[in-house]
Amino acid sequence: MNKSATQDPSIIKTVQFEVLRYNPEGNEAPRLQNYSVPVIRGMTVLDGLNWIKEHLDSSLSWRSSCRMGICGSCGMFINGLPRLACNNQIVHLHSDRVTVKPLPNYDIIRDLVPDLEGLFEKHRSVKPYLIRKDTEEQEKPTGEFFQSQQELLNYIQFAYCIKCGLCMSACPTVATSENYAGPQPLTAGWRYCADSRDEGLQERQEVLYSSYGVYRCHFAGACSQVCPKGVDPALAIQLLKKDAFLRSFGFGKKKKAGPVLPPVRDWTPGGKIPEAPAKTVPRKTE
Amino acid sequence: MQQRLKNRLGIMGWLGGGRYGMDRYAYALHRITGLGILAYFIMHIIVTGQRTGGVERWESTMAFFGSTPFKIGEFLVVLAFAFHAVNGLRLIFVELGWWIGKPGTPSFPYTYSTLRHRPLFIVFMVVAAVLMIIGGVDFYFVLK
Repeated sequence: MNKSATQDPSIIKTVQFEVLRYNPEGNEAPRLQNYSVPVIRGMTVLDGLNWIKEHLDSSLSWRSSCRMGICGSCGMFINGLPRLACNNQIVHLHSDRVTVKPLPNYDIIRDLVPDLEGLFEKHRSVKPYLIRKDTEEQEKPTGEFFQSQQELLNYIQFAYCIKCGLCMSACPTVATSENYAGPQPLTAGWRYCADSRDEGLQERQEVLYSSYGVYRCHFAGACSQVCPKGVDPALAIQLLKKDAFLRSFGFGKKKKAGPVLPPVRDWTPGGKIPEAPAKTVPRKTE
Repeated sequence: MQQRLKNRLGIMGWLGGGRYGMDRYAYALHRITGLGILAYFIMHIIVTGQRTGGVERWESTMAFFGSTPFKIGEFLVVLAFAFHAVNGLRLIFVELGWWIGKPGTPSFPYTYSTLRHRPLFIVFMVVAAVLMIIGGVDFYFVLK
């Protein structure tokens, strides 16, 4: 730790960062490296890594971007659980030792950088976009597709996924089965199958209900526990199973895609909008 | 392309529950007990197949498997069966979408399906424990 850091009164404690290092260009085996990091109030694990890079070791690599739990880039295995480094404050870990490793179940590119290409490939395989029979309307839209508030609630939770990959890292089935689709892609599949505007179940079920699909999930729940956005992939997978069960017995709802609403014409603003209240403070120019 | 380091957890990934919830441990135990029951089933078929070799062979086989270590082994099968059957029933309920809640708009602090399901999980585990105790009492008197 440098001298100025030790004299800073805002430092509440010093923690030991134990970071896994791996250099693909060398022949060295991966190893854990220790760093002493001064912690100030509100400091996240990502801030700690930034501090290490700035003050102690510029060769340390990881992936991050937004630093506010939106982009999903900084997924890491922190103190025994997959977490977003930017979303977890060091003091909330309640430990003087912070162990940071790359996300399990992904190949390591370098240090804390996982190779997420496999995740994105599986994500693409479930066709995560609206599929409709009226392709002409999709290409040249004449209006909006109708959807009620209730229909929105059927899938909106699953649309919050930021593709950070923590769920795949926590899933015990993904740990042993490389071909298993995994919680993220299956959730993405259900997000669109549950969408009232979509008609793409037929095209997706080859992946969703394959031998490496939903039936490999035995509800360990780790995916939902670690999801930083409350997406609940375990719920989406069970709903996929339920839907398949109901359809196989002919109980499922016959799905007809939401109709196209007539275009809004001759609309003029201000019809029922009340007038703004009178100004109480005069403008400088007046 | 640069060399990638394999980091798949493998068998320890599903065997080790780590800092995850109790559902994760139930997942591992369900698979372990399933494999145990399968091993017992194969052994059971081989053992009962000895009956075709005549009465003497059958009786000597039974005498061999009637010893205390095998009785304890059988009791472990009862424990495995009690857990696997009850937990399997719970998983069927889950797959039908019962007691796991409905999707909604997530708001922090997040709740999720395994948490909503927790009361039922505990009820099922209590039922499994009761079956195990009944099996234990039965085996205690058999061993006596």
